[in-house]
Amino acid sequence: MSFGEFAVLRDISLSVGAGEIVGVLGPNGAGKTTYMNILTGALRPTTGTVHLLGEDVTKLDTAQRCHRGLAQTHQVPKPFSGMTVFENVLVAVNHGRGVPAHDPISVAWTVLEVTGLAHVANRPAETLGLLDRKRLELSRALGTDPKVLLLDEIGGGLTDAEGDALVGLIRTIHASGVTIVWVEHIMRLLLEGCSRLVCMAEGKVLADGDPHTVVNSQQVQVAYFGASA
Amino acid sequence: MTSLIINALLLAGYYAVLATGLAFMYSVMNIINLAHGALIVLAGYGLYVLGNDLNLPFPVAIAIMMAAMFLLGVVLHRAVLARAYGGGELLPLLATFGISIVLDNLMFQTFGADNISLAPLVGDLSWASFELPGAIFVGKISVYILATAIVVIGLVELLLRRTALGHRIQATSQDRATAALLGIDTGRTAAIATGIALATGVVAAAALGLRSAWGPYGGSAILLFAFEAVVIGGTGSLWRVLAGAIVLAFAQSLGALVHPQGFLIGGHLAFLVAVFVRLRGGRFSLARLFGKEARA
Repeated sequence: MSFGEFAVLRDISLSVGAGEIVGVLGPNGAGKTTYMNILTGALRPTTGTVHLLGEDVTKLDTAQRCHRGLAQTHQVPKPFSGMTVFENVLVAVNHGRGVPAHDPISVAWTVLEVTGLAHVANRPAETLGLLDRKRLELSRALGTDPKVLLLDEIGGGLTDAEGDALVGLIRTIHASGVTIVWVEHIMRLLLEGCSRLVCMAEGKVLADGDPHTVVNSQQVQVAYFGASA
Repeated sequence: MTSLIINALLLAGYYAVLATGLAFMYSVMNIINLAHGALIVLAGYGLYVLGNDLNLPFPVAIAIMMAAMFLLGVVLHRAVLARAYGGGELLPLLATFGISIVLDNLMFQTFGADNISLAPLVGDLSWASFELPGAIFVGKISVYILATAIVVIGLVELLLRRTALGHRIQATSQDRATAALLGIDTGRTAAIATGIALATGVVAAAALGLRSAWGPYGGSAILLFAFEAVVIGGTGSLWRVLAGAIVLAFAQSLGALVHPQGFLIGGHLAFLVAVFVRLRGGRFSLARLFGKEARA
């Protein structure tokens, strides 16, 4: 992937198996966000392809990929203002599913019960605190009935306790059969939440494998912590 | 005095009808549609052709024109607005300005310079009036226009707040990237929204043609009144457009009271006061007016 002359990503090849929960780690400028935007279709890759559930989706736009089972949460939660929490999720249920829900309202309720927002369902979305906004991001993503869920730095700005609560929720979602790719700055959360870790730097994959092995590898220590080789 | 208040209120209903489509386009698409007036005039000619030349009943003509203008809105979005979107704030302005010039001159070429009214299509309704206690007469058509304004704004608000399509339109207008992530076809949604905005213009055209007459270049005057009503009221909710229209109509009526030629000046003064108050910031700032953060 290049912006003009500047190649942000090169030779990235990452395949995630069904049911995995993979953390993606990397310093600023490693290309994590660009990579994620290519997966969702917000950016078109200069070369290369994106496959979702065995289908080549490189030419499909974001909404079409959503209908085929791909969802993403934003780093900075962006609830739709002027709508309630419930209505925010209802938008996702109504429009994000490949197969329309028979009863969108009860589906939206079920999602809010899973994510723990049922008690604030009728509040205006913009009045939520940060943790609940992140829960709402997850709720909207779940509303689209995803097979693969991309999390973009969802742990940022949370206290440790809030972070733990979020990891618990993400594990619950993963346990329900959703494949998760989780881009994150906060290594602690990835180590707690993920079964596989990928470390990126300067547009390349540095290491890929068991979380603790990856974190302790020499290359990752150099790239991420600046430790001398 | 009572009749002045009543007449100003009825005039406000007319301005609200004119301004609804403009406000809807801005709040939903972030586009200030400078062709708004010309498109209303175009819808007026459509009503005239259907009602006068083809002898269709007036309600049927309105229904047909609403469908036609909806389709035109979809085409307009696909052909022009979607391409202008994302090219900065000036591009949609220039594009719609260009459309208005093309439309003005096409209509001049097609229909000539004569002023046209729709009043003959509805028989005596155009001059019939209700008599209120105190020997105050109010034109029936003006009362119907005010009622229609309230119904149209109510329906559009209901659509936006309560239906799946409305939520989809709101989501698209607030954040296209997020809307797309939730499976919304944002291009299609924006095209439908443009169609709805233009369809409301048919109601405005009917009101225009029944109250008075128009010529091929009448669009700019409509745009001016609509724009003033929107800026005075703000666009957070379409009810604010009605409020703005009421302020505008009262200012014009007061102006006319002060001096026979003070009608327009009164309205312009109210508009300027609104702009200056909003420029000062705070509760009535421009950012609040447009219901979103100010852009540098």
